[in-house]
Amino acid sequence: MEPVAIIGVGQTVFGSNRKDQTYADLVYEATTAALADAELTIDHIDNIVTASNDFFDGRTISSMAVGDACGAAFGNGKSISTVEGDGSFAALYGFSRILSGSYETTLVIAHSKSSEGDLRLLTNAFFDPLTERSLGLDWVSAAALQARVFLKEKNISNIQCGNVVVKNRASGAKNPKAHVRKPLTIDEALRSPLLSAPLKETDVCPSSDGAAALILAKESFARKKSPHPIWIRGMGLCADAPFGERNLAESKALRLAAQKAYQMAGIDQPTKQIDVVELSEQFSYQELLWMEELNYQNSSRVNLSGGCLSAHAWIVSGLARMIEASLQLRGQASNQAANVKRALAHGQYGLCGQSHSVWVLEN
Amino acid sequence: MVQKNRLKRSDFIFIESGEAFQPFQYSVGKEGSRFFTELRDHKKFFGLKCPSCKKVYVPPRKVCGPCFKTMEEWVEVGPMGTLSAFTILRFPFIDPETGEKKPVPYGYAFILLDGASTQFQHFLKVDPDWPPTIGIRVKPVFAENRQGKLSDILHFEAA
Repeated sequence: MEPVAIIGVGQTVFGSNRKDQTYADLVYEATTAALADAELTIDHIDNIVTASNDFFDGRTISSMAVGDACGAAFGNGKSISTVEGDGSFAALYGFSRILSGSYETTLVIAHSKSSEGDLRLLTNAFFDPLTERSLGLDWVSAAALQARVFLKEKNISNIQCGNVVVKNRASGAKNPKAHVRKPLTIDEALRSPLLSAPLKETDVCPSSDGAAALILAKESFARKKSPHPIWIRGMGLCADAPFGERNLAESKALRLAAQKAYQMAGIDQPTKQIDVVELSEQFSYQELLWMEELNYQNSSRVNLSGGCLSAHAWIVSGLARMIEASLQLRGQASNQAANVKRALAHGQYGLCGQSHSVWVLEN
Repeated sequence: MVQKNRLKRSDFIFIESGEAFQPFQYSVGKEGSRFFTELRDHKKFFGLKCPSCKKVYVPPRKVCGPCFKTMEEWVEVGPMGTLSAFTILRFPFIDPETGEKKPVPYGYAFILLDGASTQFQHFLKVDPDWPPTIGIRVKPVFAENRQGKLSDILHFEAA
């Protein structure tokens, strides 16, 4: 298999202050940033994969609203396709397209805004209309059920969850792209009001607006054109049974996705062999759960960007994790670790992490 | 004894969504906000011109897709235009902004505003004395109380 590289990355600043900008504005900002980072123009890109969700955008075929803004204008001879799910899943689609041999470079772009719709109503619509929706669950209350069973089964205290929040918020304070940039003390985390027990306000990620873009290239192109290629050495994707039909205290899908990625990358001791990890934790307990399934024990090397607890735009988050992991490998991260040779990035989608992608990246 | 499933057609259950709705606050952006402000305050149409292909987009947007160039040059267009496509509708629709039914018949049109390169879409006045044809000249009729949205124009009619 010819290796594939990440040769350009771009992110908007995440925040609720992007209210005055359209989806297309955000996508254009991230796309032009990624092209500038790769030292390329749109003419070098031969195909584009967008990620969005029609429900969040409040329109059908939500990718069409951003076509021009990501250089995918109809009639320009570029192939364009769309993923409804996390941006890291769109990256897998882009990765596969390059492996097919039909394309040299793929632009992957993801966008969403939490400020335009009502997240409680929108995520309530994730549930089955025949048996679940009228009971009023949303993404937070569903996660509270998962937190309850996971914390009990693993005997994890709310102080341990609070420590995750404190750690990620301290890192996020250093990240100029983060939404929440205010550090938090453990006392503040523990005194935070309950939203849906056992989840407190500070256990939940912020609801952000933003976009992120990633440029992938096949090896021959990357070696010729890229000043800083980051190589994809391992990848795994796995979907679990729906919410309500699986054991929420574990994530078999993440475990299997990680196994596939580790096998591809030749990893048998993840904690020892992986220098930094970027996780998609929408809630504090999820960082602990995902680390367990990844068999990764060094929490001080997890989410140096601040993670989702510092910035979370739906759809965009997994791609943002891949970007932050790439920046660590390039030595250009806002909260840079020393000697990073191998990084892991993780994306998830669905209620309580139904589907997961795991990426092993090297410089 | 095993009970056989003998449901009649009328026994099947349906779940109604009732009055449920999903509210959105769609951002119009910087360019769109300028367009609607000019329409509201001055009854003027403004578009953005691509520095590369010179196409004028109305309503305006930030990027010319085919050229992938940022557009910054504002150009006043219209208010007169040419009818390029139309239909007369005989069934009503519920206006998603007001919840009110649009009376029938009403016309719907593509209008090429003078100086614009893209089609502007709006209602067309239905007038038995004036059967529309493609290529005729049209002008906008503005609402008295304009609020910075598409309904600031009532419709287009023969010029």
